[in-house]
Amino acid sequence: MTAATRPPFVRLLAFARPLRAELLVAAAAGAGATAAGIALLGVSGYLIARAAEHPSVTALTIAVVAVRALGVSRGVLRYVERLTSHDAAFRVLGDLRVGLYRRLARIAPHGLRGFRSGDLLARLVSDVDDIQDVIVRGVLPVAAAALCGGVTVTACAFLLTPAAALLGAGLLVAGAVVPWTLGRLARASARRATAARGDLAARMVDVFSGARELIAHGAEDRALAELARADAEVVRAERRNARAAAIGAGLAVGVAGLTVWGVLVLGVSAVSDGTLGRVPLAALTLTALAAFETVSPLPAAAVRLAETTSSARRLTAVLDAPDPVHTPATPPPLPETPIHVRVRDLWVRYGPQEPWAVQGLDLDLSPGRRVALVGPSGAGKSTVAAVLLRFLDPARGTVTINGRDMTAFAPDDVRRVIGGMPQNPYVFDSTIQENLRLARPGASDEALRSAARRARLLDWIEALPQGWNTPVGTHGAALSGGERRRLALARALLADPPVMVLDEPTAHLDPGARAALTADLLDATRGRTTLLITHDLTGLDEVDEIIVLDHGRPVQRGSHQDLAHRPGPYARLTAWATA
Amino acid sequence: MKPVDPRLLREAAPARRFLAGTVLLGAVTTALVVMQAVLLAHVLAAAFDGTVATAALIGLPAVVAARTLVAAGGESLATRASSLVKSRLRSRLAGRSLHTGGTADARPGDLVTLATRGLDALDPYFARYLPQLVLAIITPVAVLVVVARADLTSALVMAVTLPLIPVFMILVGLHTRARTERQWNLLERLGGHFLDVVQGLPTLKVFGRAQAQAAVIADVTAAHRRATMRTLRVAFLSALVLELLATLSVALVAVEVGLRLLDGGLPYETALLVLILAPEVYLPLRNVGAQFHASMEGATAAGRALDLLGDRPSDGHRSAPSIPARIPREPAQALWLSHVTVRYPDRTSPALDDVSLAVEPGERLVVIGPSGAGKSTLLAVILRFTRPESGDTGFAATPAADWRREIAWVPQDPHLFTGTVADNIRLGHPDADDAALRHAAALAGAASFIEALPEGYLTPVGENGSRLSSGQRRRIALARAFLRDAPILLLDEPTAHLDGIGAAELHDTLEHLMAGRTVVMVTHDHRWTGSADRVARLDAGRLTIGAPLEGELMTTAPLKVLS
Repeated sequence: MTAATRPPFVRLLAFARPLRAELLVAAAAGAGATAAGIALLGVSGYLIARAAEHPSVTALTIAVVAVRALGVSRGVLRYVERLTSHDAAFRVLGDLRVGLYRRLARIAPHGLRGFRSGDLLARLVSDVDDIQDVIVRGVLPVAAAALCGGVTVTACAFLLTPAAALLGAGLLVAGAVVPWTLGRLARASARRATAARGDLAARMVDVFSGARELIAHGAEDRALAELARADAEVVRAERRNARAAAIGAGLAVGVAGLTVWGVLVLGVSAVSDGTLGRVPLAALTLTALAAFETVSPLPAAAVRLAETTSSARRLTAVLDAPDPVHTPATPPPLPETPIHVRVRDLWVRYGPQEPWAVQGLDLDLSPGRRVALVGPSGAGKSTVAAVLLRFLDPARGTVTINGRDMTAFAPDDVRRVIGGMPQNPYVFDSTIQENLRLARPGASDEALRSAARRARLLDWIEALPQGWNTPVGTHGAALSGGERRRLALARALLADPPVMVLDEPTAHLDPGARAALTADLLDATRGRTTLLITHDLTGLDEVDEIIVLDHGRPVQRGSHQDLAHRPGPYARLTAWATA
Repeated sequence: MKPVDPRLLREAAPARRFLAGTVLLGAVTTALVVMQAVLLAHVLAAAFDGTVATAALIGLPAVVAARTLVAAGGESLATRASSLVKSRLRSRLAGRSLHTGGTADARPGDLVTLATRGLDALDPYFARYLPQLVLAIITPVAVLVVVARADLTSALVMAVTLPLIPVFMILVGLHTRARTERQWNLLERLGGHFLDVVQGLPTLKVFGRAQAQAAVIADVTAAHRRATMRTLRVAFLSALVLELLATLSVALVAVEVGLRLLDGGLPYETALLVLILAPEVYLPLRNVGAQFHASMEGATAAGRALDLLGDRPSDGHRSAPSIPARIPREPAQALWLSHVTVRYPDRTSPALDDVSLAVEPGERLVVIGPSGAGKSTLLAVILRFTRPESGDTGFAATPAADWRREIAWVPQDPHLFTGTVADNIRLGHPDADDAALRHAAALAGAASFIEALPEGYLTPVGENGSRLSSGQRRRIALARAFLRDAPILLLDEPTAHLDGIGAAELHDTLEHLMAGRTVVMVTHDHRWTGSADRVARLDAGRLTIGAPLEGELMTTAPLKVLS
């Protein structure tokens, strides 16, 4: 079986391989703890039966000591198990996170379908947590149960072989067959339940998020009726699930009881035959009675393992996702500045079946030239930025850097000469200074201040009570939209790449903030090679060329003066927008 | 955290017969466990004396069969109880939301999580914790009585050690819970750090910082592991103490019984019975402890839901009885507010401060003002979602549902409901025929993209319209308003967050929609003042009609100043 065809979960367990020793200790301690509990009852049975034969006290000494020792060792072993298993699980978590991160860092942001959705990312992160949890609650209990069950059955085999065989069979049924069957039943009904739950959740969203619109449109009763119908469907699905769970709970008790009874019958007849002593009979029966504690955590473990299957599948999907961009084996060194980027007949799409996002674009970014790419949302503007930043490969046409095809260079090298501000620049949950400095870790304080000044952020930063060390909050929540964008602009200016790509720097801002930021960034980029991607039409008289993109096609190009006074898309778009 | 939330049990009233069944089955289980022990001890004792207790041997499988049925029945009853309670809480939460118009006390996303995954965590509460709690009370007492009748000394040993388990559970739990919780919060924050880095990957890549972060992630996780393990070493002590108590107690009983057997002070069968029953005394208490934390998540969620439901429902959108009824007028003429003040409970300054306003039929009023000035509150008053603290309105006497029938409202961020595109456009006019539907969509400039969808008007929109762009969602909301065709039109920031291009595209459609209707538009986009009959300005809750506007705004708008 090759790596790719193995079940997702098994492949992820490879991350646990460096911790084999620790996990084995945990499993052994877990098995030992359960075995101590079983042995406690078995040895106690022996002790009582032997005592009933009224021997001298010394004959019982070993049994008495053993019983007490078992009573103590069980708790201690359990403690050891928990500590080692949690420690190992945390270590696996670290390795998994780093492994996933390295892969995501290669393919982000275009290598995974829907990667840009924050929800999917959040789910991936919790998927990793799921995998570490399943090691403690899913894998180790199974390993411990197998170990402990094996030891128990072997010990019983010394007393009475047929009874040991029966006990082994009973444990196997209760510990493997029942959970497996239950797992299958649960999966089948979960599939049906998932659709019902999804529908219910969607209707809940409607009722909570759209409450006012429902009321304003007099549609409350219709919505409640739909909700009640969806709810009834979920209740029906849950009832089906409950049936599977009930069968499982009953079987677990039934199999254990019948096995003990079988061992008892075999034992009693062996005593009549004289093949088994009356003292070992008590030990054997009580051992069998306690043995089912071994398998009691297994149904829950099976459920946990089944629940994790989809997490594991999502993670392996990321690990297997193909690179969205071609990485050359032996990339040539970076070209010298000045950098001249030339785009010829560029065609791009996000997959072989997807529609064209960019169709036949030519673009010239000679040193010092500023070009604006405008058009309505969905016109393909950001796709052009993704290609220039080497997040995506062109499907047809070429992008050259100083005459050499861009795909010949290493993606990281390309981003050293073409940088700027990606769409929705991210602000990390840290301080203003840290967020700025990531653009150039070794930058001097003066360089930081200068970048902030050019982004018109310096006065604001220095007026803050905590100044440069002000925390920005999750996703920069403590900053206004304009401040976030200016921070991103300062970051781009600090990194100072020869070619600057600014992707929608003013998106989601108020008209006032938008105009001010546009003016400032046109100021700051004067004399720099810049591609400004925007759907904001103010201030474009300053750039050298404007390209209007519509449905991926360049429909108009020229300077503001050319375009504004010529009838066409640009003039039409600016008419009301600048009224 | 209380072991049982009485409100939750009250909420479980319709499921009470299931819960009663759970208790009953708990009692039957205990009886069967004791019976099984008695039969086992009898068979073993008979074998010891060289005889075969045939009757007991035949009786055992019958007891096992009964236990099987009871276990299955208990599981099924508990799950059904849980299912019923969840369904009831869900429908009450939904009813409350549609009654109050989704007040500001909870974010919709949180409510959805609470009503679905949050309440699902009630399953372990009903299916595991409550039955175990019942068993934890019934079984030890019943078994102790049985043991006491057989052998008082052993019963005394158990009776002394048994209460130590809950006592230690509570003591150790109190000591470690706060620390453990802190640690888990830290873990959550750590997950947050990882998520933060992953979400910012495109930015990190642009600056060539992506690979360097891998080492940071490894370091942070390792540091957290060391800190957590320090806490867990203490936290797991609780489990250690409980295990020790339970197993040592069994060991104690075994040795004590064995030594008394040696003296001949105790019959073998009695000794066996005591030994078999000894673990059964401690088991339910340990189980209930194990289930306690797993089930508390659900109990917490249910508690939160009950807190919300326990609130006195805000009756903002119902007709206000305190305002005297007046002669009904034509609705559009009733669109006036007189000295209206609105104050939200947790704010000091009022959201609307002594606002007076009358909108004539067919008039177009544009209300401008910065964010937080009270623009949305003004619309909420007109829509009757918010009841003024003082002041009078022209529509107070009309039943809210009747009044709203006169209004088409296009919210700032329209919600798209589960269902087809057609269902969504028909929201305010469910009986509209297909021709009317298509006409409204065409007027809203939505027909072309709707017809390009795989199933046209019958395409499901996906969760909150996820397959449509925000511009397309806005156009669906406009189609809704065209189809509703109401005399009054309320527009909330129709071009907010739209760039020049998007706003220009929407402008013509909106002009068409506003034509011939009484319009109140709130916006901070000053471009709209040009086509308004009157402009009002809202600032910090105070409304000034036709007041002069500052700076560049004056240059664009030919204001029709009235007062």
